[in-house]
Amino acid sequence: MQTAPAPARSRAQSLLTGESIQRLLALGALVILLVFFSLVVPHFASTANYIDILTATAVNGVLATGVTFVIITGGIDLSLGTAMTFCSVVAGIVSVNLGLPLPLGILAALAAGALVGLINGTLIAKMKLPPFIATLGMLYVTLGMAQVLSDVHPIYFEQTQPAFQQILMGKAILGIPNIVWVMFGAATVAWILLNRTILGRYTFALGSNEEATRLSGVNTDRWKIIVYIVDGLFVGLAGIVIASRMNSAQPGLGMGYELDAIAAAVIGGNSLSGGEGSVVGTIIGAFLISTLRIGLSVAGVPDQWKSVITGLVVIGAVYLDIIRRRSRA
Amino acid sequence: MADLLVEMTGITKSFPGVRALEDARFDLRPGEVHALVGENGAGKSTLMKILAGIYRRDAGTIRAKGQEVEIVSPRAAQDMGISIIHQELNLMGHLTVAQNVFIGREPRRGVLLDDRTLNRKAAELFEQLHIRLDPRARVSKLAVAQQQMVEIAKALSYNSDVLIMDEPTAALTDGEIAELFGIIRHLRELGHGIVHISHRLEELKQISDRVTVMRDARYIETVLTAEATIGQIISMMVGRTIFEATPELPETVDPTIVLDVSGLNRGRQVRDVSFQLHRGEILGVAGLVGAGRTEVMRSIFAADRPESGTITINGQPATIHAPSDAVRYGIAYLSEDRKRYGLALGMDVEINTVLASLRRFTSRFGWIRTGATRKQALEQVTSLAIKTPGITQQVKNLSGGNQQKVVMAKWLTADTDILIFDEPTRGIDVGAKSEIYRLLNDLARQGKSIIMISSELPEILRMSHRILVMCEGRITGELSSAEATQEAIMTLATQRESVAVA
Repeated sequence: MQTAPAPARSRAQSLLTGESIQRLLALGALVILLVFFSLVVPHFASTANYIDILTATAVNGVLATGVTFVIITGGIDLSLGTAMTFCSVVAGIVSVNLGLPLPLGILAALAAGALVGLINGTLIAKMKLPPFIATLGMLYVTLGMAQVLSDVHPIYFEQTQPAFQQILMGKAILGIPNIVWVMFGAATVAWILLNRTILGRYTFALGSNEEATRLSGVNTDRWKIIVYIVDGLFVGLAGIVIASRMNSAQPGLGMGYELDAIAAAVIGGNSLSGGEGSVVGTIIGAFLISTLRIGLSVAGVPDQWKSVITGLVVIGAVYLDIIRRRSRA
Repeated sequence: MADLLVEMTGITKSFPGVRALEDARFDLRPGEVHALVGENGAGKSTLMKILAGIYRRDAGTIRAKGQEVEIVSPRAAQDMGISIIHQELNLMGHLTVAQNVFIGREPRRGVLLDDRTLNRKAAELFEQLHIRLDPRARVSKLAVAQQQMVEIAKALSYNSDVLIMDEPTAALTDGEIAELFGIIRHLRELGHGIVHISHRLEELKQISDRVTVMRDARYIETVLTAEATIGQIISMMVGRTIFEATPELPETVDPTIVLDVSGLNRGRQVRDVSFQLHRGEILGVAGLVGAGRTEVMRSIFAADRPESGTITINGQPATIHAPSDAVRYGIAYLSEDRKRYGLALGMDVEINTVLASLRRFTSRFGWIRTGATRKQALEQVTSLAIKTPGITQQVKNLSGGNQQKVVMAKWLTADTDILIFDEPTRGIDVGAKSEIYRLLNDLARQGKSIIMISSELPEILRMSHRILVMCEGRITGELSSAEATQEAIMTLATQRESVAVA
């Protein structure tokens, strides 16, 4: 037997070929960033500031968790941000304009998210639109619908029963706002779905080789739609979280949140070509982004530069992913 | 006979413009390996895809265990115990071995997956099949041979008694083939019926009980392997006698060497390839699908970078790192997939003609000199006799033959001297073919040097001054036009390494 000579690999490349290595890279980067800001930036190292970082991560963390499912199938969801706004407006209509109890408003927001997911999934799985186009279209549709339903006025949750902001922004445990626990709860549910249920198994299978999955007798269209519905449920939850943070539904908000969520997923090692990824990575990615933002702003770096730096981090993360892939091939 | 696992008779199937099967038949007994052989395009894979529920037949009957059946989908085939393992493997690389085998049938406890049971069931299955695999290994980390084992295990986990394997040994080393054959023999003892589609005839002698030969979409004959020689099988595969194949070539070839390729290597598909091309010569490259012909040409053109080897052009060593370098050295590569790699389909004949040499038609300020491009396009349309309503016609509206001519016009405009044609007449109707042949001859006469890859033996025989035959990435022989016959080519094209060494 002859053995083919092993292709030469640089040391840096072989270090990057491990299984969950990018997640570790992201975690390492997060720790380094936290230590760096704590040592270098005055006033960064304080409990209040750390809680700020946690709170600031909540909305993006929930959205990014939702889109993780979609990204693992090899898809994308650009409607995340505006659909989130749409959901919070729906919650406002139900529990403020219609005066129904708050839990109904929350359920309505989740249902609205699931509906957007159902539409996205149907466009993609049944009508074979590319995910980019389908969800780009739904970005505008949900943006418009949020404005139509609210008549372009913010809806304030002042007289809801029980009081909205208290439930979600209250600090039940360790002085940390409840929305942070909501995010961790959502991430835990997502982790179980992805790693311990058939939904998760098919999510990975779809992203790995959709045709092979279909030929194995799996109803891939149906599962793809389910994946987008799950994504939509997380979007609905994010709509509730953001509404509670602002104690209002702001129809003008939403654009740009999808990009933060996708960036978080990508930094966390979810490959946009599908087949691999993890919720843990996504949450780390979301923390990395908010730590970077808050650290830079405590340090007095102007907003413009924060964007530049966030962008460079995303590019760097994806480039590492490409190197890792190439060296494995 | 009632004890047949499968019996197909009178199977006919057409695709748009092609008759893929014409009154084909096939049967399979329990506990046998039945080989299905034929040239490229003979209809073997189509016939088996009908059996596996991937295509629907137009006419004919299929019986499974004596019952007449309708196989409407891959799932329906699986339910009848018929599984196919495709040539290109269909696995989910990011999942583990066990997850792949039981995809769609995951054991569960309540809503949660039960991966412990999954792995145990996989391990039991592997033991029963004498397959050595770790159920927890990730499929993308396995060698091709092991991935094939995963496919076999997956197919058999559906309790299939009919297993169709399409070219299972194409990507395997000799040791791996031996292991695969061990498993196939074991399955035969267990009473499974196995269909083995292959191009490799000496392999059939080792593994099969019966051989069915197909040619030109038709059934030819079924013989007991033990009673047939490889020579007999080859002559059944080639069959037709073709007198139309009188070469009408320019007789004289300039002895000047324009292209000298030496020791070219790239993976398993290009192995130590060396050859020379003369001025005004048409060099045919024959071989079966997957023999590495296209890969050799792509390596020369640097569409894929070769791992080693030297290329000399007109006596000067050439450094070709990218297709643009190759074009600068005067090499053109005309892909078999014209629509994807050869043409800007939505643009007109004029633009396509000058596309590879736009710089020549551009003024100093970046303007395209439309007068010059129009003149060039009109000249090419006339000299190549491209049938088009005008040079402003979109290329996608032209016929296959005329599209091919537009590709030729492009490379002639780019002043290339070495033209590599990959399946130049694929998808082109008979009338247009002879016109392409005439153009190739004209080009050779004008001193252009041509390499022509073709899977159609009559075409190779008719057009080539010299023929290289490839098998498994190696050149297994060179034939002059005088000594070349279909039989000689097929013998070289199926010459596996083990045989070549012996």
